[in-house]
Amino acid sequence: MRQLCKGNVAVVKGALLAGCRAYYGYPITPASEIAEAAAELLPQAGGTFLQAESEVAAINMVYGAAAAGLRVLTASSGPGISLMQEGLSYLAGAELPCVIVDVGRGGPGLGNIAPEQGDYFALVKGGGHGNYRNLVLAPASVQEMADLTMLAFDLADRYRNPAVVLTDGYIGQMMEPLELRAHDVPQPEKPWAVCGTPETRQNLITSIYMEPDVLEAHVRKLEAKYRQAAQAEARYELYCADEPEVLLVGYGIVSRVLRSAVDLARAQGVRAGLFRPITLWPFPSQALARAARRCQSVFVVEMSTGQMVEDVRLALDGRVDVEFFGRVGGNVPLAEEVCQELLVRMGMTVDWGV
Amino acid sequence: MSDYRVIEAKSSVFFDRYERKPELQQQTHYCPGCGHGVVHKLIAEAIEDLGLQDRTILVSPVGCSVFAYYYFNTGNVQAAHGRTPAVATALKRSHPESIVIGYQGDGDLAAIGMSEIVHAANRGEKFTIFFVNNAIYGMTGGQMAPTTLVGQMSTTTPWGRRPSNEGFPLHMAELLATLEAPVYIERVALCDNKNIMRTRKAVRKALELQRDAAGFSFVEILSPCPTIWKMTPAEARNWVAEKMLPVFPLGVLRDRKLPPSGNAVPPQHSVAELLELAAPGEAPSTLQPPRAPLPGLAVNIAGFGGQGILLLGQVLAEMGLRAGQEVSWLPSYGPEMRSGSAHCHVCLANERVGSPLVEHPQVLVAMNEPSLRKFAAQVAADGLVLYNRDALPAGFSVPQARVYCVPASEIADRLGAAKTANMVMLGALLELTHALPAETALAVLQTKVRNPALLEINRHALDAGAERIRKAVPPAILTTA
Repeated sequence: MRQLCKGNVAVVKGALLAGCRAYYGYPITPASEIAEAAAELLPQAGGTFLQAESEVAAINMVYGAAAAGLRVLTASSGPGISLMQEGLSYLAGAELPCVIVDVGRGGPGLGNIAPEQGDYFALVKGGGHGNYRNLVLAPASVQEMADLTMLAFDLADRYRNPAVVLTDGYIGQMMEPLELRAHDVPQPEKPWAVCGTPETRQNLITSIYMEPDVLEAHVRKLEAKYRQAAQAEARYELYCADEPEVLLVGYGIVSRVLRSAVDLARAQGVRAGLFRPITLWPFPSQALARAARRCQSVFVVEMSTGQMVEDVRLALDGRVDVEFFGRVGGNVPLAEEVCQELLVRMGMTVDWGV
Repeated sequence: MSDYRVIEAKSSVFFDRYERKPELQQQTHYCPGCGHGVVHKLIAEAIEDLGLQDRTILVSPVGCSVFAYYYFNTGNVQAAHGRTPAVATALKRSHPESIVIGYQGDGDLAAIGMSEIVHAANRGEKFTIFFVNNAIYGMTGGQMAPTTLVGQMSTTTPWGRRPSNEGFPLHMAELLATLEAPVYIERVALCDNKNIMRTRKAVRKALELQRDAAGFSFVEILSPCPTIWKMTPAEARNWVAEKMLPVFPLGVLRDRKLPPSGNAVPPQHSVAELLELAAPGEAPSTLQPPRAPLPGLAVNIAGFGGQGILLLGQVLAEMGLRAGQEVSWLPSYGPEMRSGSAHCHVCLANERVGSPLVEHPQVLVAMNEPSLRKFAAQVAADGLVLYNRDALPAGFSVPQARVYCVPASEIADRLGAAKTANMVMLGALLELTHALPAETALAVLQTKVRNPALLEINRHALDAGAERIRKAVPPAILTTA
């Protein structure tokens, strides 16, 4: 049955469906509804909810639950994600699967609680120390908050690596129809987990390798996993993308605005299309290069001063002109604003017909 | 074969040969005379004697004992610096039958990990912490620990620990004994054989309590560090007795049973029940198709927090959902404080909603004057403004839109429930736009308002709002002034 659901709540519903029965987290606006929904729902399904004393403790509890072989979830927003970065490095180093949700807010520092996309570098490029990657998914609707959380659990287990759902205050706070269907979740075997049983007694979860050659071999093994994920897991969505003259690129809430901006631009006679990365790491570089092949320009819009645009430029490798437009501070660009900016940069004037 | 001679049987909880260790696999990495070797032995023997080997998970810290997993033939998890109690919390809760042992040094537990140990102890996590206190940082080469004695030299206290600069040594056992939840806290020392036997007893007791699911147990062990202290093993033992004991008195600080908890037990449900899932075979929910295609509608509802702004938007969105439309509801959100401004955007559409931000609402519901002034100019050409007063502010106009003044708060007051002003406005909005059948509003409200009397007032409020519009046509209140 379709239900009207808040994005943050949909995360927990998706997690439950994916077989997650453990949540350790610390409240922060605009992510707190995730903790609240987990506190209400998980214990009723025989699971564990614990409000940790800090994000530092929370991510290390996630480490413990993941080491114990459970599907485990935590959520936070920018300042709390900063505190979790140490843990993310350990989780990747120890090859522990888990799902972390970042409901982005304005930064840096305490910033504000309005939506922003300033955490792209922190989660897509790293943030913690050492050679590792997060798998990063970017939902653009309440339905995707559930669907991509479920996918994140699968990817995390497939690659034994943290998976991040990177979203923002608006997607987290908004309500939209959500449809969930019962399905059998194949829970992957985790023979490596430490469960306090005879079968798992020989298991060791660690990220320390004192011998340089041994650590190098370990890092190379991680690298091979990431290469495999880069080949297999890039996901994206296209809208009006058959032979566009200009391709708009944006993720999350911005992609929703861009969808409307494409409609507005088309009404102005511009053949605009939309490319929405669904995975931010791996970034769908090849698909973007294909979609932008015959474009005159690519127009990247973010709620940041330009972070994803670096990946767009790398993907296009100078073959197509890349323009950037960003709003920050918790301001969300409006479709008209984007369209106007686009037309100005294309040397056109805008006729809104009013 | 082994290139050494066994002179005493080793606990079977230790590996025969330390194959996780890169070299010198027949001996530990600890220095001669170090207390860790003794503590490891006492723990291994207790695990063996209590028959807990298969159930045990050892969490090793950062510090000299980072490699405890070289030796213990149990489940092993290595944790980040200071976070052992957090990691152990989730391990134990994930597998309540396991025996989880956290092993921490003074820097790990009492400096960087102070928060984690206090909170784990305070929650009464049902695991055991062995806290090895040697008043110095060993692995990093002799820096000050939080338990370094006053006057004690270290590489970072070259003139000795000065209370005016570094404060005083922390007494972790005493500190944790101020908490309600721990069931067992004892401080012991490795200064002589008699005290080592006391330590042996304390280690066993802590693990027995965990086996019996009694609660949080904590043993602080004063331990020698001859290498960093620059002493012989014998001198180091004496130093524990002579210098540490006066500062860290030995003894049992807590030994009691927890009273039975009166915890509420959450009801148990299947996931399908919790999430109100469609049955596996059931067709996807195509809701009642609208009798005639309904018009899409973009609405901005604004006013003070507490006026039911967000609820009005939710009811509208849920009505659209029930009518088979695509909908979105986007709130302004802020710190949880009252009497700030609040607004929400609602889109009702017959195809996928693009931007959920309503840039040019077809309907603006302005529940107060600031909202009217703020948002009126954004209203689409030929849009509607519903204003919660009986006239527009003097000199104010919305030239591009039709304005209906509906004094919803007054009407709701007369109905006896000021909080239903939002439903008066909904009634008016539905009457004006015919966007959705009014009866759906009641059906939605039935799911949100459990009190039948209050539901009845809401029904009256919807009717009163609609009535106000019906009476207002022709446009007596159509004041574009």
